[in-house]
Amino acid sequence: MQKPKSADVDFASTTSPTPGSAKSDPILVADKIVRQFGGLTAVNVDHLEIQRGSITALIGPNGAGKTTFFNLLTGYDSPNSGTWSFNGRELNGIPPHKVARLGMVRTFQLTKALYRLTVIENMALGARNQKGESVLRSVFPWIWRAQEAEIRARAIEILRKFKLLEKQDDFAAALSGGQRKLLEMARALMVEPEMIMLDEPMAGVNPALKQSLLEHIKELRTEGKTVLFVEHDMDMVHEISDWVIVMAQGAVIAEGTPASVMGNEEVIAAYLGAHHNDDLSASQEGA
Amino acid sequence: MDFLFITQQTLSATIGVNTIIFALAAIGLNMHFGYTGLLNFGQAGFLAIGAYSVAVPVVSFGIPLWIAFLIGIFNSIIFALLLGIPTLRLRADYLAIVTIAAAEIVRQIARSATFNEWLGGSDGITGKFGKEFFDLNPFKSGLDTPILRFNANDLWVVIVGWSLVAVITFVMWIMVNSPWGRLMRAIREDEDAVRSLGKNVYLYKMQSLIIGGVIGSIGGFVYALSRQSVQPDNYGTALTFFAYTVLILGGAARVFSPVVGAMIFWFLIVFIEQILRQGVSNNLIPDWLIGVNQVGQIRFMLMGLGLMALMIFRPQGIFGDKKELALDAKA
Amino acid sequence: MNLASVTVTKSFRRHSSFRKSSSLAILLLLSVSSALFLGSNASATEAEAAPTKLYGTITDKDGIALPNIGISVTGPEEFTKNVETDAQGNWEVEILTKGSFNLTINQDDLPEGQSLTDPTKATIRANVFSLGNDLRLLFPIGPGIAKASMLERSAQLALDGLILGLVIGLAALGLNLIFGTTGLTNFAHGEILTMGGLLIYYLSAVLKFPVLVAAPIGVLLGAFISGFLQDRYLWKPLRKRGTGLIAMLVVSIGLAIFLRYFFLFLFGGDTRQLPQYAGQAGLEFGLLSITPKSILTTSIGIILIILATLWLLKTRMGKASRAVSDNPALASASGIDVQKVIRAVWVLGAALATYAGVIITINQGVSFLMGQDMLLLIFAAVTLGGLGTANGALVGSLIIGLFVQLSTLFIPTELKYVGALIILIIILIIRPQGILGKKERIG
Repeated sequence: MQKPKSADVDFASTTSPTPGSAKSDPILVADKIVRQFGGLTAVNVDHLEIQRGSITALIGPNGAGKTTFFNLLTGYDSPNSGTWSFNGRELNGIPPHKVARLGMVRTFQLTKALYRLTVIENMALGARNQKGESVLRSVFPWIWRAQEAEIRARAIEILRKFKLLEKQDDFAAALSGGQRKLLEMARALMVEPEMIMLDEPMAGVNPALKQSLLEHIKELRTEGKTVLFVEHDMDMVHEISDWVIVMAQGAVIAEGTPASVMGNEEVIAAYLGAHHNDDLSASQEGA
Repeated sequence: MDFLFITQQTLSATIGVNTIIFALAAIGLNMHFGYTGLLNFGQAGFLAIGAYSVAVPVVSFGIPLWIAFLIGIFNSIIFALLLGIPTLRLRADYLAIVTIAAAEIVRQIARSATFNEWLGGSDGITGKFGKEFFDLNPFKSGLDTPILRFNANDLWVVIVGWSLVAVITFVMWIMVNSPWGRLMRAIREDEDAVRSLGKNVYLYKMQSLIIGGVIGSIGGFVYALSRQSVQPDNYGTALTFFAYTVLILGGAARVFSPVVGAMIFWFLIVFIEQILRQGVSNNLIPDWLIGVNQVGQIRFMLMGLGLMALMIFRPQGIFGDKKELALDAKA
Repeated sequence: MNLASVTVTKSFRRHSSFRKSSSLAILLLLSVSSALFLGSNASATEAEAAPTKLYGTITDKDGIALPNIGISVTGPEEFTKNVETDAQGNWEVEILTKGSFNLTINQDDLPEGQSLTDPTKATIRANVFSLGNDLRLLFPIGPGIAKASMLERSAQLALDGLILGLVIGLAALGLNLIFGTTGLTNFAHGEILTMGGLLIYYLSAVLKFPVLVAAPIGVLLGAFISGFLQDRYLWKPLRKRGTGLIAMLVVSIGLAIFLRYFFLFLFGGDTRQLPQYAGQAGLEFGLLSITPKSILTTSIGIILIILATLWLLKTRMGKASRAVSDNPALASASGIDVQKVIRAVWVLGAALATYAGVIITINQGVSFLMGQDMLLLIFAAVTLGGLGTANGALVGSLIIGLFVQLSTLFIPTELKYVGALIILIIILIIRPQGILGKKERIG
């Protein structure tokens, strides 16, 4: 895993707050990504760079194309045109499981906790290079037992941090919606990704849990990981993001620090009139 | 009504050859559907391939039986690849339709006059192709007790068959409780989630298809050897559907359930059949209602109704956990 | 469409009088089936009915009589008789028992230059279900298959293929509609055809209604039993419980097995033919030959499909069914009575499928396996055309029908279904959404 070259806050002050601006040390670069469904253009991103080791928020009204963009970047969907690369490696046509192996792991807007597996099984699943997952070696338990124990230990540590430890033997189906979101994020961490892409990680999570989640995400940054997340909760966005990207109608309309983006006229215009139940806390003065 | 005879027939059937065949077919389906969520409706095709692979090389080409077994396993792997490569990327119901079609193709070719010379046409193949197997039989006479009755050949098949079932079940138990098994169950839940964790879902589904298919083909070995004959019409879609009945009865996604399901299934079938036969021949059931030749048909009618009732009232089967309901796609 | 169950948002209150009339209908159904029970199991020692004859005329391709051709007849209870055609080419055999008879023409008796159009069909099988019905049988004499040119054969096969496609299409339309509105893949759909065939057989051969009367009655009965009753008493209660789609699929499999063997139980394993119009000669139209009954039944079939399509496009119910196919929750929220729509779709689908069974029976005969044989072709057609698309089922059916028949130019006739199935698999590989389907994420 490459170490980020710049400290988290520094890059924000040295980067131009314009859509598609260049970053000092980009981990992800996307060019001219277009995705059309019939006559509708869902995504049309001219140029985008994500700074390595930063926490970047991707915001925008519903229908802006954020989740579609996520799907395109991680290989769950193919664009009509465009290229993008991760750590310099081109990702066109790479299937989703390979994208994950390269270090880019995502979560889903509609949680995909694996219901009929227990919490600890969900976690253990995330670990990479498991000897026991090979069909031939699975028949000989002594080959994989030791590694399995290590994986479980690691999983327990993460579950403890996420306050899910006492649920470890429950089926994921028995968890509340917010707990399942946490599980999905915890499971993604088991993959030991370089970049983690969270699709609405706060949705449905109770306020107490939200705070600890924010702390976890900041911790990721300390560990050198890059975080890109989609959110509607502007308080959260303001609190932890180093950088904010705003999408509307498939295109990037603004980039910048949370403060600069919140006051941006175009951004406010994009949100007005759309159905929303978030808090646009810092923006309304000039409207 | 000769209840002693009925008991003897029923109990013998419960641990008999048909139970072994259906247990193996259902164990294969358990791998496919119970653990991985693959809707394979062509399991009969795998059994047919196993059965013909045992009969044709020995009868037409004089190849030793043991090599024929290897040929059978090889053929079954090829069939699984042919089925899987195009379809494992598609939706579940597409896999169902393709597998039914493929199994039908196998059966139609097997019974065709065109390939009559090699495959025996609609009459199938009958011959002593199991000679090498039965030569190893240490039992000179069968078993003849009031509650169980087997002739010498059947006894040998039953002993070897159950040993085979035991070994396969044991290996499956290890695999299902390993990280590989966990991965299969995860794929059954949600493939996209599993991909996001870096696992090549397609490859694992293919492994499951191959393993379940090979087990089904071993069932075909037993089918062919036990009767020393292969009839193409025995390997129609009804066979697949009854294998599913067995699986559901036992409660899918439990390692033992196919075995228990098969035993219960054949117990019920033979019991009802015996009662009906004796009822008809002793005139307890009037002739105008059910003719002697129609008992078999009643049996199938009841099997169809039974499958319906099972799915409607107890889809988790005997041992299934209602929480872990493998078949109710509600969640 | 995902595999989540269709949630029911409205229950449907029935007036008690309606309940009574459906119970009445069920009683009627039960008494009809018991009558069939008794009829089919009656022993051979019934009172001797009027002598029945099997008869026919042997002429060459131009209609000139062929005398002194030998025909040997064998039947149940070791019945054997040899007859010869007279100067007008007529022959007849008197039979005194019911059962299956084999009639074999002595090909050596045929004069030079004349032979059976299909030398492998020297033996005809005649099933006599009840005495008193004379059966006319046909030994087609003609230039022989090998001598017919590829063009002639292709044209005829193409026509046969289109007709087969029409029959498949009638059944596939219903299957597709049911799948679209409820998500159910109905494995018992083929049995609706068998039921239709058996109904018209019973009405025509046993109750002796003329076919022209029996057919509409059969279709109405079939629509009621296989459509209305099936949805009312099986599928609607299951939907109401929230039974999942895979579970319902397996239930339909159990139902198919039960019905198939029930039909076997009632009617036996032989193929039954309608006594009326049996052995009708084909009319020649240039390269093509088609029997009058085929023309009539096919034309009515085309009309029915047109009517069904108009229903889908123009009527309120039809449009509502398309709305439900698209999005059941939304349709229900906008005031459409989803259960009523589903009921209508079942009745329509069953009517069409019943008529398909009627067509097959009038032209060829019916056996308990008819449904099973057709089911795979119907699935192939629907998948080929695109699951859930309105016109896809028809397009797919025509293609499958054409392919099945035309493939016999190159592969043995007995393997023609294999050809269709292979096409299905290939199409699914290349274009999984079917010909008319929209490309969605299939995997």
